[in-house]
Amino acid sequence: METLWFYIVAVMIAVYVVLDGFDLGTGILHLFVARNDTERRTVLQSIGPVWDGNEVWLLAGGGALVLAFPRLYASAFSGFYLPLMMVLWLLILRAVSIEFRSHVDSRVWRPFWDVTFSLSSLLLAVFLGAALGNVVRGVPLGDDGYFFTPLWTSFHISGDELGILDWYTVTVGVTSLLALTYHGAMWLILKTEGVIRDRTRRIAGMVWPVLLVLIALVTVLTFRIQPHVPERMNGNPVSYLFPLVALMSIIASRSLTGRGKEMGAFLTSAAFLALMLVSVVFGLYPMVLPAAGDAASALTIHNASGPPYAMWVALVWWVPGMILVSVYTTYVYRQMRGKVKLDPDAY
Amino acid sequence: MDPSLFFHRFHFAFTVSFHYLFPQLTMGLALLIVILKTAALRTGDSRFDRSARFWGKILGLSFAMGVVTGIPMEFQFGTNWARFSEATGGVIGQTLAMEGTFAFFLESSFLGLFLFGHKKLSPRMHWVSAFAVFAGSWISGFFIVATNAFMQHPVGYEVQANGALALSSFWALILNPWLVWQYLHVMMGAVTTGAVVMAAIGAYYLLRRGDEEASAEVRTHAEYGKIFVRTGVMAGLPATILVLFPTGDFQAVNVANHQPAAFASMEGIFETAEGAPLAIIGQPDMERMRLDNPIEIPRFLSFLTYRRFTAEVVGLRDIPRDQWPDNSPLHYFAYHIMVGLGTMFIAAMLLAAWMLRRGTLYESKAMLWVLMLATPFPFIANTMGWMTAELGRQPWLVYGVLRTENGFSSTVSSGNTLFSLLGFMGLYTVLGILFLFLVTREIGHGPGMEPVPSGHGAGGEAGSMPPPSGSREEGR
Repeated sequence: METLWFYIVAVMIAVYVVLDGFDLGTGILHLFVARNDTERRTVLQSIGPVWDGNEVWLLAGGGALVLAFPRLYASAFSGFYLPLMMVLWLLILRAVSIEFRSHVDSRVWRPFWDVTFSLSSLLLAVFLGAALGNVVRGVPLGDDGYFFTPLWTSFHISGDELGILDWYTVTVGVTSLLALTYHGAMWLILKTEGVIRDRTRRIAGMVWPVLLVLIALVTVLTFRIQPHVPERMNGNPVSYLFPLVALMSIIASRSLTGRGKEMGAFLTSAAFLALMLVSVVFGLYPMVLPAAGDAASALTIHNASGPPYAMWVALVWWVPGMILVSVYTTYVYRQMRGKVKLDPDAY
Repeated sequence: MDPSLFFHRFHFAFTVSFHYLFPQLTMGLALLIVILKTAALRTGDSRFDRSARFWGKILGLSFAMGVVTGIPMEFQFGTNWARFSEATGGVIGQTLAMEGTFAFFLESSFLGLFLFGHKKLSPRMHWVSAFAVFAGSWISGFFIVATNAFMQHPVGYEVQANGALALSSFWALILNPWLVWQYLHVMMGAVTTGAVVMAAIGAYYLLRRGDEEASAEVRTHAEYGKIFVRTGVMAGLPATILVLFPTGDFQAVNVANHQPAAFASMEGIFETAEGAPLAIIGQPDMERMRLDNPIEIPRFLSFLTYRRFTAEVVGLRDIPRDQWPDNSPLHYFAYHIMVGLGTMFIAAMLLAAWMLRRGTLYESKAMLWVLMLATPFPFIANTMGWMTAELGRQPWLVYGVLRTENGFSSTVSSGNTLFSLLGFMGLYTVLGILFLFLVTREIGHGPGMEPVPSGHGAGGEAGSMPPPSGSREEGR
């Protein structure tokens, strides 16, 4: 049961990363690929009807976390207090930038929100990556399963005083920034035409090789910093397929972009993100929050899970609930399929 | 009080009070918009459609504010109240996760379609999207009140060996006897907010109309003002009455039966008495344990609570001090302000409805001023209502099970909490100003000038907007 919910939560977070990933990436690219008001509204309208729903996956994943792993939720959320508060402020700023920007037609108002939107998207991408880095590296868990770390200390990953940001987690953060920028670029290429698409293609071409280098670097670092990952993967050599197929996906995505297969390029980029996450999740299992130093005090799916009855009940409503969600998500995406056509009333 | 605990409590109190200003408006307006859309679909009168679109813009702003201030609430259970989450996640995780699955996806998927889809969608599908936004927001309210009801009156759980609570009956949790009345009470409070705001803006448009020299736009807005005032009053009258009875009445009886300390505190009862008086006004004096300058109705509290004038009501003196709500005077005032405002809403709505029936409301400047100036008060009343519920629950997080001092994140220091509290205060001040600025602009733009050809059936007004004829509107 815990294992099942572990995968459910993991899948919901993966869906969140793939979906909100493209609108975060779109936000990062916003200032660079769209220069005038019409172009910027086109970019905003490409994510307008869906960004909010994409973000709901984060909340729904969070809800599933409380339900299935209350100790993990309690420990991680209080331990990552400061970065989470900043993530909240960034989420707030980003959401109001999208919603408020087009209400007032002014050369003071709109550029302000454009910059806020882009900057908050960029920082969120870095923070989400750094968060993943922390979960992989481990945190200084006490006997009671709690911890608290400042935002940064000395940026070293060893020693008594770990910080949220160190050179490993920052590297993962930058990798996440590039991966989401690339993913956002695939979305914009799919949804736009003309000058926006041309500029986006150019940026995607620059981001892609750097991303590959960083992915290789992060993979090597991860294997050294979290020995549990290579142990677990060597125990099940088939699991090397996850990162391998992820790598093939991102290569395929580049070649599909070159051949104008926009949908394929976007989907392979999505597959790349999802499979990288699967690799991490598989490598950490059964840990959900590794401990830095003493591996025995890690939170695992066994010592962090909630009561079994609650998980059974939740499964009964979760399955039909998700079917409903996919029905109307599909409906919304179908309503907006194809290239963006500028609507004067929206965004 | 432990300084960390104080800051964690203030942090949650501040962020949730600000947050709830918006969902109450969203939930109230969502229902009123469905009513307007239904009227548009039934009559084919494009003015109802335009009214719905105008209110849709306000709803969109309010919804966005509700979302961005709501996400921090879900985070804070973990960031600031970690030991509470660890202890109760096995129960309230259920309702919180259901809210995400059944409410948030529904709202977020259909809000965009409702706001921007009026040209793409068929009238019927557009109605469906308005209804889905309404349903989503009310389902969301249900699961949040269900979570709160568990904290007020825990049911359907058992205590595990490690001290954490585990769900033992899903149906007991969802059919919590506390939940029914609290949910309906909260929802009727939200409809009151939506109705008063709609009537108030309608009243503003009507008052602005002035005399003959008013511009065409002002005169058009005044015509919409009539629709807004009428819809607001017709929805507000039943809502304000239902807030009091039966929902508020049964809610108070639940408090009296299950939280006697909270009941004595909110009513300002210090002495146990058979035939307890109902205090209308007075200031609790916690040192001398009495109510100063009271204006009371003798024996009436006993009657209201137990339907007998001689029934005994337990006073605070006979309840151990560690069971008292620790902000008892604030609790008392919150409750009395809520009840006082609620009573005035009923009086104002009755009068307005009576004048509407007689056909004098749109011409009565005095009544229109009253409606317009009423705008902030339902927000205050709803906030005071939540303060009554939450201050009365103290000193417990889960009533009788988990005390507040055992629920906060002890690893998060008071300095870190103060830092994020100040951050939220600054950010929310800016957000509040922006919201008022944008809503004021939308009100200034109004529902628009140019007539929209109604895409379906009757109406089909070409040229100028015809003034609504009284006969067409009566009886809807």
